[in-house]
Amino acid sequence: MADLSAIEAHRILIGSRIRSQLAYRTSFWLNVATSVAVGLVEFLEIYAIFANVSVFGGLDLRQSALVFALANMGFALADVIFGQLDTIPTYLRLGRLEVLLVRPMPLLLQLITADFQLRRLGRLVVGVVIIFVVLPGLDLGYTASTIYLLVITPLVGAAIYGAFFVTAGGLQFFLIDGAEFTAAFVYGGGYAGQLPGSVLITPIRILFTFVFPATLTAYLPSLLIMGLPGPEFLPAWLGWFAPVFALWAGALAWLAWRAGVRRFTGAGG
Amino acid sequence: MIAEPIVQFEDLCRSFTIRRKAGRLRRHAKIVHAVDGITASIQPGEAVGYIGANGAGKSTTIKMLTGILVPTSGRVRTCGYDPVPQRRQLAREIGVVFGQRSQLWWDLPLRDSFRILGALHRLSTGEATARTEQLVDRLGLADLLDTPVRQLSLGERMRGEVAAALVHRPRLLVLDEPTIGLDMISKERLRHFLIAERAEFGTTLLLTTHDMGDIERLCERVLVIDRGRLAFDGTLPSLAERVALQRVLVVDLPEPSPDLQVSQASHIGSDLDGQRQRLAFSPKETTAARVLAEVSAVTEVVDLTLQEPAIEDIVRTLYGVA
Repeated sequence: MADLSAIEAHRILIGSRIRSQLAYRTSFWLNVATSVAVGLVEFLEIYAIFANVSVFGGLDLRQSALVFALANMGFALADVIFGQLDTIPTYLRLGRLEVLLVRPMPLLLQLITADFQLRRLGRLVVGVVIIFVVLPGLDLGYTASTIYLLVITPLVGAAIYGAFFVTAGGLQFFLIDGAEFTAAFVYGGGYAGQLPGSVLITPIRILFTFVFPATLTAYLPSLLIMGLPGPEFLPAWLGWFAPVFALWAGALAWLAWRAGVRRFTGAGG
Repeated sequence: MIAEPIVQFEDLCRSFTIRRKAGRLRRHAKIVHAVDGITASIQPGEAVGYIGANGAGKSTTIKMLTGILVPTSGRVRTCGYDPVPQRRQLAREIGVVFGQRSQLWWDLPLRDSFRILGALHRLSTGEATARTEQLVDRLGLADLLDTPVRQLSLGERMRGEVAAALVHRPRLLVLDEPTIGLDMISKERLRHFLIAERAEFGTTLLLTTHDMGDIERLCERVLVIDRGRLAFDGTLPSLAERVALQRVLVVDLPEPSPDLQVSQASHIGSDLDGQRQRLAFSPKETTAARVLAEVSAVTEVVDLTLQEPAIEDIVRTLYGVA
């Protein structure tokens, strides 16, 4: 699986990209600042809700902030790696995919690394800062399982959101102009993941748990971390199975991607 | 031992379904046969020109043999591989230049593009460096290596593209309209390079073009495709026998004149009461300069242009004669 030449090629490519991005310092930092601002605005939405109510979906501000921060970290990581995939419609329109197909490397890997953007890491900062602000006030007993969940959740979340990006990427081969659809699907999933899952109406709650497992990226593991029970259809113990849900999301993504590429090469879906 | 063909088409077909709205709910599905039963093979070391009008099926064929598109029916094998399922193995054996689509990383210096491609093709650092140096030297790219690709001129970029396609020493080089938009000097430079490269490594060349000059300079064999079918498959001289590959010299004279009569070319038309006249000649028998000298002896020439034979005319004549 580990192909040294692929790693080497992408090391050069990403290294070269980072160098060219850092060459324009002002522009780079402005971009990072924008990324941070996007994350902050998203958090403000949660904060604004708590200006009116003291409990939201069974969680208080601190608890909701933990959910938000974990989801946001996962999403930011996925965005750094897979965020490129929303440019597939451009590739299709300009006929640039053909060029990638005559190289000895999987298409997905090439697309992911085609335009690596370091600035996307800016979003990660927001999540990390919020975590460190809210954790002391949450009064958690730091057991091995709590620490395990705090560490693993952003990574599993990144895998799940990454799978969303790939699923949407695969579907774009079937849509004439798929950028809006991808945005709705990926960012909609991201938004659903940042909210306490209990506020979603039941069908949406089920959809974003058992089909597109967004609630597994933060909400359910957070309930476990805080020792709270889950709402209807969403028992907190499901949170332990987040890696299994990530595998499921990955399988879905693989199928969608394969169907998309087959559609492009005319091999049938 | 008979060498396996490097490219083999057996009754190759590709059709597309185009759906159009017809009324509120009904939709018309129209099937377009882009490639409609092509059988041909290309042996290792050949240089083949693949020509046809726009929409004749050239690009579709290229996509099928490079592993971008699956045939609707029939069979294609390239370098012994089934192109789409074995796309990645095939990619190591072929180099492809799509004239209008860059394979270089537009915001990175040319040097980095070559390094990345070398690594993608699993070349050792020594191998990649030696080959890149050779290509850079022969294509005159040394001064451009640190320039981001987006700042290169079309001619410079195209030389970069050809170098990029050859870094891994492919057995088959596929060039899709490599000289489109290039000036005469850039075209010649590229052709010189390709001739030398093939002489040294015996690389098989498949070239689609609108420029008969490319074909005449580079190819021994020509395939003509028209509406998805092969209209001609043979050597360049045998194509020339069936179709007059004539150049047309267009001269502008100072005033309306009677039709010019010259011994080395035939008058094929006049405009503006003979102020502009068109003379066709065969480049095998004479040169533009000789025809011009003969015209100049009779009258003053204000301006002139030289026209290459158009692919469309060649195809039309093929059908007219056949």
